[in-house]
Amino acid sequence: MRLLCPNCGERDLREFYYQSTAEALIRPDLDAEDAVWDDYLHNRDNPAGKTEDLWYHEAGCNAWIVISRNTVSHDVLDAQLAARKRLSNEGKK
Amino acid sequence: MRFSGFGILKQGLTGNKGWTAHWRNPKCKEAYDIVIIGGGGHGLATAYYLAKNHGLKNIAVLEKGHLGGGNIGRNTTIVRANYMMPGNSEFYSHSLKLWEGMEQDLNFNTMHSQRGQVALFHSDAQRDAAVRRANAIINQGDDAELLSPKQLRKMLPYLNYDSPRFPIYGGVIQRRAGTARHDAVAWGYARGADSRGVDLIQNCEVTGIDIQNGQVKGVQTNQGAILAKKVAIVVAGRSSLVAGMAGIRLPIESHVLQAFVTEGLKACVDKVISFGMGHFYISQSDKGGLVFGGNLDYYSSYASRGNLPMKEHVMEAAMALMPMIGKAKVLRSWGGIMDMTPDGSPIIDKTDIYGLYLNCGWCYGGFKAVPGSGYSFAHLIATDNHHEPAAGFRLDRFRTGYGLMDEEGTGAQHNLH
Repeated sequence: MRLLCPNCGERDLREFYYQSTAEALIRPDLDAEDAVWDDYLHNRDNPAGKTEDLWYHEAGCNAWIVISRNTVSHDVLDAQLAARKRLSNEGKK
Repeated sequence: MRFSGFGILKQGLTGNKGWTAHWRNPKCKEAYDIVIIGGGGHGLATAYYLAKNHGLKNIAVLEKGHLGGGNIGRNTTIVRANYMMPGNSEFYSHSLKLWEGMEQDLNFNTMHSQRGQVALFHSDAQRDAAVRRANAIINQGDDAELLSPKQLRKMLPYLNYDSPRFPIYGGVIQRRAGTARHDAVAWGYARGADSRGVDLIQNCEVTGIDIQNGQVKGVQTNQGAILAKKVAIVVAGRSSLVAGMAGIRLPIESHVLQAFVTEGLKACVDKVISFGMGHFYISQSDKGGLVFGGNLDYYSSYASRGNLPMKEHVMEAAMALMPMIGKAKVLRSWGGIMDMTPDGSPIIDKTDIYGLYLNCGWCYGGFKAVPGSGYSFAHLIATDNHHEPAAGFRLDRFRTGYGLMDEEGTGAQHNLH
């Protein structure tokens, strides 16, 4: 599996650090209830198929990236900067 | 049919014509008291102990493929009880005791071999941590013994003791640890469950879980609907998908873990050996293949196969620890789907839905847990009370923060285990 970086193009898997699913970008409000934070921190959809994960291009351009990927075939479908993805998430809380 | 030495002799002399099938291939009934989803090691052991310990009969195990075709058939077969955290420690201790009586109990040769496991350390700090863990294991009532480099050189002469980067400072051996024939464990429990009246239904994929008023009513499958008073989910890497049918989001990410086998060699590695400076562990199967594995690939995956970077890492660790392994040829490698929890420890618990039970989150350590997991899960399903050794495996520990079992001390966060 070679991953896609919006800045650097297709790169070796070893350059990237896997953080979590991209649900991490939809952060609850600070005063949200415990159950909401528990769900955010621990629970996962964990799909077999298309997923969006948050990766850090540690040995490359240092960008945080959302990569859309198929967990069954390991096909890499798309990538965008996490900052941009986060803007498009506004209102999804 | 009971196996015995005399029986084998008799069959051998009469052309082996008297062997019969180990289990029936029953038609699925319309209703059961208990339906277990998942015919792997944990599911089959659960069915066996439900029948044996609790006298329950009207049970079905639903398996979407063939019995024992998942992680029980694709692991590195290590059996040990060297855990430190309260919650884990007593559970694996109980499980190891069950391993020691398993073959007689099941009347089935699972080739359980208590050849000992050596966990190496490579620095003074690691030695301190190893001594602490060993003392915790001894306090639990299990065995652990500190070995000096001199003792190790005699026991395992082929390791790279004087490596400038990773010199071996010693190790801890658990002599009661070892390996077993993984498939035979599944077959033994399947045979034991079947002979006690459990229906093992293969090629039966669950497609839905029926719930009414917060109570489980049954399951939908590709072989039709099945009514059930209690439903137990024991599906390892697929836990999120099956629990999702009941509307439950689990604290689980599925990851891929790779393992490797070399060509068959003459007997040379007579212990299980764990490297302390990289994730690498090795044993030798009775067929002669060196069986070894490493760490997760560290990204969520259902692919049952890994990528090259982790293969390279494992091979590097193998060469660093045991240079002679460079002469061996790797025959095959594969990946299993691990149900990873945030703290790296499992879940055996009830759910908010009455009659729906959950056994998952075995991460990369489910094989050694098979008997203990089945025993404790059967207790939970039959009595609705937690079995003492597995009472720490609560689903709500992530929410409350109470009773987390973080063996590695890295924090209860998904990407750290």
